[in-house]
Amino acid sequence: MTFIDRRKERLDRGIKVRADGIYALMSWRELSYLTLPRMVLIAGMLLLPLLMPNLYWQRVISIVCIYALLALSFDFLAHFVGLVSLGGALYIGTGAYLAAILNKKLGLSLLFTIPAASITGALICTLLLLPCLPLRGVYFAIVSLMYPLAIARVIEALNIFGGTDGIMGIESFPNNWVEQYFGIIMVLLFLFGLRRLVNLDIGLVFRGVKDNDQAVRASGMSVAYYKAVAVFIAATMGCLAGACLSHTYMFAGISLFALDFSILPIAATVIGGSGTLAGPVLGCLILVPISELLRSFGTLRIAIYAVVLMAFIVFKSEGLMVYGQRKYHQFERWVKI
Amino acid sequence: MNEMPILQVQEVTKTFGGILALNRVSFDVREGEILGIIGPNGSGKTTIVNCITGFVKMSSGKIFFRGKEITGKPAHKIADLGVTRTFQIMRPYYSLPAYKNLVIPLFSPRAKRTGGWRGGGKLGDRNTVGIDILEEIGFERDSFVPYKMASALPTGYLKRLELARCLALRPEIVLCDEVFSGLSMSEIASMVPLIERLQMDGITLIMIEHRLRELFRVADRVLVLNFGEKLFEGTPEEVMANEKVKKAYFGSEEVEEVMTYA
Repeated sequence: MTFIDRRKERLDRGIKVRADGIYALMSWRELSYLTLPRMVLIAGMLLLPLLMPNLYWQRVISIVCIYALLALSFDFLAHFVGLVSLGGALYIGTGAYLAAILNKKLGLSLLFTIPAASITGALICTLLLLPCLPLRGVYFAIVSLMYPLAIARVIEALNIFGGTDGIMGIESFPNNWVEQYFGIIMVLLFLFGLRRLVNLDIGLVFRGVKDNDQAVRASGMSVAYYKAVAVFIAATMGCLAGACLSHTYMFAGISLFALDFSILPIAATVIGGSGTLAGPVLGCLILVPISELLRSFGTLRIAIYAVVLMAFIVFKSEGLMVYGQRKYHQFERWVKI
Repeated sequence: MNEMPILQVQEVTKTFGGILALNRVSFDVREGEILGIIGPNGSGKTTIVNCITGFVKMSSGKIFFRGKEITGKPAHKIADLGVTRTFQIMRPYYSLPAYKNLVIPLFSPRAKRTGGWRGGGKLGDRNTVGIDILEEIGFERDSFVPYKMASALPTGYLKRLELARCLALRPEIVLCDEVFSGLSMSEIASMVPLIERLQMDGITLIMIEHRLRELFRVADRVLVLNFGEKLFEGTPEEVMANEKVKKAYFGSEEVEEVMTYA
C-alpha cells in the first residue's frame, strides 16, 4: 500500500504578480513577459504562409484558418455563454451558400460577398437557433446539430441552389497570398477581439448567463436576448469562415453541411484547451495538418483522429494552452505533507 | 391608511400537477414596510415569491405593483420594474470575483436608468460602484473580501451578495428568501441592522424566514401560510398570541405547553 506523502505546490511567479498591475510599464522585462506570448503567436501566424514548401500546404493554411474561426466560435459559445453548439456546419453551409449566390446570381465581387454573407448568414443562423435558445447543454447541442443535416436534405430534395451538384465557378481570391493572409488576419482579429469582449461588462453578462442564468433574470436582463447576441457573434465568425471556404474551393455544395465542420472544432478546442480562446486556434494548427498528413490512410484517418482525441481527454484533459499557461505563470514544486 | 399598497396579491393559486401549492392567497404590501412571511415547511412561502417575481407562472390570480398589473410578465421585466428577489439557495456567479458579480446587475437596463444603489452607476466605473455597494453591505474593503472569488466566500457573505445584487438595481421591493438561514447568531446580529437600514432608505421588504425571533424584531406585519393557504395576518405580537398559528407550527394542543416553557 502506498501513501501519498507529497503534493504539488503551485505558486505564481513574482513577475506575473507584478505584471498584473501597472508596474509592467516600468521595465522592459515585465513588459515583454506580458507581450511576448502574444507576439510569438502573431508573428508565427503571419510567417506561416512564407514557411510553407508548396501550394498544397499553403492551401492547408487557409483551411486551418477556416477551422480556427469555427473553433473560436465554439469555444466562445461553450465556455463563455454556456451554449454547447454543434452548429459549425450550419454556419459554414449558410455562409458558403450565401456567398455563392451573391457572387454567381448577383455578380457581386468578393469584397462584398464575404462581409454580406457573414452578416446576413449570422442573422439567418440566429433566427434559426432562436427557438432553441432556452435549451441548455446537450439539448442545445442536439438541436444545433440537426439543422445542418436537415438543410442539406432539404436542398437535395427540393433541388434548389444547384441541388446535389452545388454551385460551381465562384470567384476565387485574387491569389494565394490574399487568401491566406485574409484568413490569418481574421483569425487574429477575432481572437483578440473576443478576448477583449469577454472581459468587458457585456462579456461578464455572457459569463453570468453561463454561470447562473436565473441570477441574470433576477437582475432584470433577458437571458434569451444575450444568448441571441452571443449566437450572432459566433455565427458571424462561422459564416465568415463559410464564405471564405466557398471562395477558396470556388464551390458551394451540400458537402459543406458536413459534420466535420461541427466536430473538428470541438476536437481542436479539447486539444488546445477550452476557455483560453488561443487554445482552439492552436488546436486547429495541430489537427488540420495532421488530418492532411493522414489523408493517405483514407477513412481510417477518422479512427486515428478519434484515438488522438481520446488520448488527450484521458491524459491531458486540460489542453495544451492551459498547461502552457500554467508553466509560464507558475512555479511548481513538490512539498511533503 | 388609504394610500395605495405598493404590491397587491389577489387570489393567487398555484398547482404543481395535483399538488395545490398556493390556494387563493391574497395580501397587500404597504410601501416602506417589512412584511414577514412564515409557515411550516412546504407551506408555499418560496412559491409565492416565485409567483410574484415571475419565476414561476401562477395558475390563477392577479398581482399588481403600484396599481399596474404584473401578472404573467417575464421575470426580467418584473425585476426591471424594481421588484427584486434573493434566492434561498444562493445563486452567485461562482466563476467571478464578488465585485464582478455586481457588474452584471449594474449593466442591466434598470441600473443604467436609475444609476443603481445610491445612483453611482450612472457616473462611475461599474467595478468601483460594485465595490462601494459591497462595502455598504458589509464586505470590508480593506480585507480584500470584495476581490475574492464568489466560490471562495462563506455563506454569510454569499447571503449578503444576494442582497447586494438586488441593491445594484436600486429596487423598490426586495423579496428576501431566507436571508437569515444558515447564518450564525453573530452574523444574524450584524444582518438585522442592515435590514433596518434598507427599510430606512425606503425599500419595501418581504422576508421569508424560519428564524422567527429575529424576524419578529424587524417585521412590521407578518403573514402566516399553512398548506398553501393564508392562515393569519397581523403584527408580530398578534401572530405570537394566535392559537391557529401555534397549532400549525406545533401540531396538537399538548405541545403548546412546551412552547410556553421554551
